[in-house]
Amino acid sequence: MKRKYIALPYIIWMTAFIVLPLLFVAYYAFTTSDGAFTFSNVFAIFDSIHIKATLLSLELSLACTVICLLLAYPLALVLRKLDLNNKGFMIVILILPMWMNSILRILALQMILSRNGILNLIFSWFGLGPFEMINTPGAIIFGMVYDFLPYMILPIYNAVMDIDQDLLDAASDLGASKATKLFRVLIPLSKPGIISGITMVFIPSLTSFVIPDVLGGGKIQLLGNVIEQEFITSMNWHLGSGLSFALMIFVVIGLIFSQKQETKDRESRVW
Amino acid sequence: MVKFKNFLCKSYVGIILFFLYAPIMVLIVSSFNNSKSRVVWGGFTLNWYAEIFSSTTIMTSLRNTLILAFGSAFIATVIGLLACIGIDAMRKKEYSLVMSITNIPMLNADIVTGIAMMLLIIKFMPLGFGSIMLAHITFNIPYVILSILPRFNQLDVSTFEAARDLGAGPVYAFFKVVLPEIIPGIISGFLMAVTMSMDDFVITYFTKGAGVNTLSTMIYAQLKKGIKPELYALSTVIFLFTLAILIAVNIITAPKKPQKRGGNV
Amino acid sequence: MKKRNLVLMSAMLILTLVAMWGCGNSEPKQQITVFNYGMYIDPAILDQFTAETGIEVLYEEAVTPEELYSKYSSGAIQYDVVCSSEYIIMKLMEDQELQPIDFTQFENIENISDECWAFCATFDEENQYALPYFYGTVGLLYNTEMVSEPPTSWDVLFNGEYAGEIIMQNSMRDSFMIALRYLGYSCNTTNPDELAAARDLLIAQKPDVQAYLVDEARDEMVAENAAIAVVYSGDGILACEYNENLAYVVPEEGSNLWIDCWGISQSCDNPEAVYTFLNYLCCREDIALQNFEYVYYPTPNTAVVAALDEETTSNTALFPPLGSLTNCEVYQLMDEETTALMNEYWKAVKAE
Repeated sequence: MKRKYIALPYIIWMTAFIVLPLLFVAYYAFTTSDGAFTFSNVFAIFDSIHIKATLLSLELSLACTVICLLLAYPLALVLRKLDLNNKGFMIVILILPMWMNSILRILALQMILSRNGILNLIFSWFGLGPFEMINTPGAIIFGMVYDFLPYMILPIYNAVMDIDQDLLDAASDLGASKATKLFRVLIPLSKPGIISGITMVFIPSLTSFVIPDVLGGGKIQLLGNVIEQEFITSMNWHLGSGLSFALMIFVVIGLIFSQKQETKDRESRVW
Repeated sequence: MVKFKNFLCKSYVGIILFFLYAPIMVLIVSSFNNSKSRVVWGGFTLNWYAEIFSSTTIMTSLRNTLILAFGSAFIATVIGLLACIGIDAMRKKEYSLVMSITNIPMLNADIVTGIAMMLLIIKFMPLGFGSIMLAHITFNIPYVILSILPRFNQLDVSTFEAARDLGAGPVYAFFKVVLPEIIPGIISGFLMAVTMSMDDFVITYFTKGAGVNTLSTMIYAQLKKGIKPELYALSTVIFLFTLAILIAVNIITAPKKPQKRGGNV
Repeated sequence: MKKRNLVLMSAMLILTLVAMWGCGNSEPKQQITVFNYGMYIDPAILDQFTAETGIEVLYEEAVTPEELYSKYSSGAIQYDVVCSSEYIIMKLMEDQELQPIDFTQFENIENISDECWAFCATFDEENQYALPYFYGTVGLLYNTEMVSEPPTSWDVLFNGEYAGEIIMQNSMRDSFMIALRYLGYSCNTTNPDELAAARDLLIAQKPDVQAYLVDEARDEMVAENAAIAVVYSGDGILACEYNENLAYVVPEEGSNLWIDCWGISQSCDNPEAVYTFLNYLCCREDIALQNFEYVYYPTPNTAVVAALDEETTSNTALFPPLGSLTNCEVYQLMDEETTALMNEYWKAVKAE
């Protein structure tokens, strides 16, 4: 028996539960409620209302991804430098907040940000505020950064920790400055981690609907909210699937991009 | 100077951790609030902790959540481990194809995965506990594979071959030579899967059947009406319990000498 | 390192086993699937019911009427009995989703007030599909310290005086109702021009709105995060109990009078069990009282009302006198065209 056939249960499982369901989405996306073929559900993403939501989602999720990256990369470098003798402990400390239900954590953020919330209370001690923080795009970005930061930190941390110290020492011996070491050694070697971090933050923040709902006060409509509403309140599964399908096109582009990295460098790891 | 830099580094880690844990502190404080409304402080109480155990709805959802988390993580780990053994032997083309499929659930929006699963499942079986389990296993497997597979790539093939040359059967050689090397990957994959399953709301929401609730879906239903304080208490208990296990494991297994960088888990 | 892995592995296995331990439960003989709005029943009643009758209740919740309807009609779950707003019940009746209820089999049916039966008869002529559960109004909850004078009109939501201090309902029907009533139209209008006028009004109002919330509006008002909110009467009353600066009013232009009813699904194959459940929940005095104290909306159960003290029953905000609310309208079933139009307009308001 060839060893690769041991993966068969997995391949069957994924065909049944990943590929097949996506075909169902495609079926709904390209049909009307009478079962006739149509492109209109997918192209509905270009309706003025939907395009507005899509652009806003892109804007917010890009901001969130950039902020996460700017917070996470220095953190990974700092953690490497501190040379904690227990890497596993650090990782668990970083994922532990995820064991507290995410909706509850977002609700806690709402209590912190709201007008008579904790942050404004602290500001008031210094004679500042109150500031309107809740129900703004800023609050949504804050919530997304909070919720998705661990997904950025973990792959980058793993990648940075796996870099051999000898390489850096060699670079120093050859006279490389700190900046050179960062841009010519550390960043290129941790690129797979950075890429998985970016995808794992960008995709969920692009489609999240609970965070904009709670922290945006229902005033800010993102793509995730639109899709959710088509399925949950308007009961238009065809339009909902069509929009999801259009969203998947973004994802496929991302997939091709990450796959290129993957084949070039089989060492890339997410966690 | 070095000391100051070290201090700066430590404070940066501290600030990030504070950012991650501050909302949790808020929830813990809320769990002691003796008022049904989360915005009114009604004094200190431990009542909500007592109430958790008397509410069958909360206990059932807790049980569902735990069975789902550990059950789906366990099954996903088994399937994922087998998959890795197979994938590792694949040629480049097959490898790329399989890895693309593996990446789909991670790259796809939760809402699309959840809806797609629902559309499929309602064609073949009624929604219920089983359908959530299927969905959770499905989105957990990729995390397991992506944790274990890099360990295979780092594996030294010659040790396995040496064991075979010395007369070990393939299965025996696998358990004696390969498994010890990949165990850290298995553990982190399993933990990741448990975490993802505990934290998931969207996919559960779409695939759950009547009367089956996990903590996430129960909390979401109460989100609009005001969360019951018992749930803050319960989350606090879960959180502290996990923290305690973590610290215990760390103390028991604390390495005596400083470990080499890039150690495990 | 070996030891550490071993400890972790065994911890994982033990936790898995412990989690699985609770799995094997024997199924009770009778089951009913109940669909209701969130927090719209005292959960203890479900346990008491199962303990008393041996019938197990599978309980599902939805947040808004629209969510409830689409979840119901997606067919993903077979519900036996469903509680919803009158216009959803009408829709389900039209879809032939409900079966007639034999109220003579209810032991305590005489407790349901004639007024409420008459109310239900406006859409369920022969009183055979809908059992009244709770009723109420939509109105303004305001903070007496934060408004210059107590509002009596929807005008305060639109005149810009309280910009950034307003919380609207995140519900299509209710938001349009307010705009339409304010403009002097019926909230059941099918006239596209009137709907477009309401849409424009809501879009113009949006910059002044602090948030579109559902029931969270209550907590926001209790925390004094906003001056005025559109809420359902029960939430309004509850908020007033937490914060004495708050007051609830039904504006003079009139509002929506609603009643939530139970209906039994066509696909329910055990109506007797459902009858037992509904009689237990709505008609039996002690349980209805327990439920009233939890939900705190006006109950159609006369025995419960009789058991309450004078102060509670005379509170017109809590118990709106059904006969005197002449300027309040009940939602009618909208035709598909109007629904689609309103959906589109509402999306436009939200996307603005």
